[in-house]
Amino acid sequence: MAKKPVQFRLNGDEKAVFAAEGENLLDVLRRGVGDLTPKFGCGQGTCGACTVIIDGEPRLSCITLAETVEGKAVSTVAGLADGARLHPLQDAFMRHFAAQCGYCTPGMLMAAKALLDRNPRPSREDVVDAISGNLCRCTGYEAIINAILDAASGASQNARRV
Amino acid sequence: MARHRGKGFSCINYPIGMNLGGDPSQALVHSNPDGKFMVALSSIDLGQGMKSVTRQIAAETLGVPIADVYVDTADSDTGPHCMGSFASRGTHRVGNAVIQAAQEARAVMLEAAAEELEVNAADLVTDGKGNIHVRGAPSRAITVAAACGAAQFKQGRTVSGRGIFLIPLSDVDPDTGEMTPVSCFAHAAMIVEVEVDDETGDVAVIEMNSAYEVGRALNPRLVEQQLVGGAWMGMSHALWETTEPYYPDRSHGPIDFNTYLMPGPGNIAPHNIAILERPAPDGPYGGKGPGEMCANPVLPAVANAVFNAVGVRVDELPITPEKVLRGIRAQGGARPQARR
Repeated sequence: MAKKPVQFRLNGDEKAVFAAEGENLLDVLRRGVGDLTPKFGCGQGTCGACTVIIDGEPRLSCITLAETVEGKAVSTVAGLADGARLHPLQDAFMRHFAAQCGYCTPGMLMAAKALLDRNPRPSREDVVDAISGNLCRCTGYEAIINAILDAASGASQNARRV
Repeated sequence: MARHRGKGFSCINYPIGMNLGGDPSQALVHSNPDGKFMVALSSIDLGQGMKSVTRQIAAETLGVPIADVYVDTADSDTGPHCMGSFASRGTHRVGNAVIQAAQEARAVMLEAAAEELEVNAADLVTDGKGNIHVRGAPSRAITVAAACGAAQFKQGRTVSGRGIFLIPLSDVDPDTGEMTPVSCFAHAAMIVEVEVDDETGDVAVIEMNSAYEVGRALNPRLVEQQLVGGAWMGMSHALWETTEPYYPDRSHGPIDFNTYLMPGPGNIAPHNIAILERPAPDGPYGGKGPGEMCANPVLPAVANAVFNAVGVRVDELPITPEKVLRGIRAQGGARPQARR
């Protein structure tokens, strides 16, 4: 099958890959670029584990054609931390014990980041709405909601080094 | 047409692990020459906190800082045998195996330290900060790292230990049939408040209040997190989830997350938990483990709350709006029971 060159920015770095026709962005990120932070969950856009941010919008990378990100900016969890300094959302997730198995966590973090980027002071309802496309089997969501609200309140703006 | 509030109560006695005897798990502990310890397990941490808790247990038993203990799990080719992560058995069974292994490794570590300090190993204590010293004489000390290094490079010892926990087979009294099927029980009680819409049959969980007795809470935040998450799963089984049988036939069954219903972040309810610590005599540092009992009591409590709200006794899960509505119609309307 013919492959198509795709150039995009991933967490600020220029990437150029060859994507097969019909190949989804999740496969290109995981296999082509080696960014394993977005997870394969359902593979049909219903669980949110593969959520990435494309030009500021949360998107399900498993149902996003790789070639559609040509020239766009893609963000994943791999770009959240600044070296050893965790992103305030990551720090808040850790302090609130907002993960058990952790498989949904990358998608939750990106859905939450997309929310806070456009609405830095969300209500609880805003947070619930923002993560309503992300399934979690372990936590019961409460800790995740609280972590996102905490990160938004600025309580963890000075994320500690770990 | 109205919405009716109702409260339901449930309680649970939950046996920890598989019963009637057996149910073994093993642990191996060894030090590296730098005084860091490795705990090898086949037990799997799938989010319940097995690695955190066994790490705490190993550090406590060895008498070394928790940062100096690493837990390696989940390779059944290279790790010692474990029955598995199920039946709420992890903390209790694996934790006990880790204690036994860590005690043996600690004894060798103290022997190695005693040889270096030229004292009796029985007089040595650990300070939990990486040092071993003579009891009452903190200046007569050696670091764990130096003791483990000497053991390996000078004395030719392995600072290591083996542990297994096995429940003895319960004998059956030939006359009475009496036996001891379970060595360790955990307990809980729960009250769930729901609101039932008698027009749609929809049941919303308003609040959960529970008290859990899980032995010593070895890691209180992990215990609470597991109880909250498990109650969500119980709520889901009570009101949303089903695989088989599916009404009216298989072709209407769930095939993906669009049709397999679960409560989302907008359907959760406040859950207030009181954790009562009654250390188990045979538990690792008194721990039993929350495990499956996080989810179980929610189901009968929800069913009882629905009955209390509208007088409909649904005895088949999940309690779907259709079942509630059929029940309400069959009795000629909602019949709220006495509020408790």
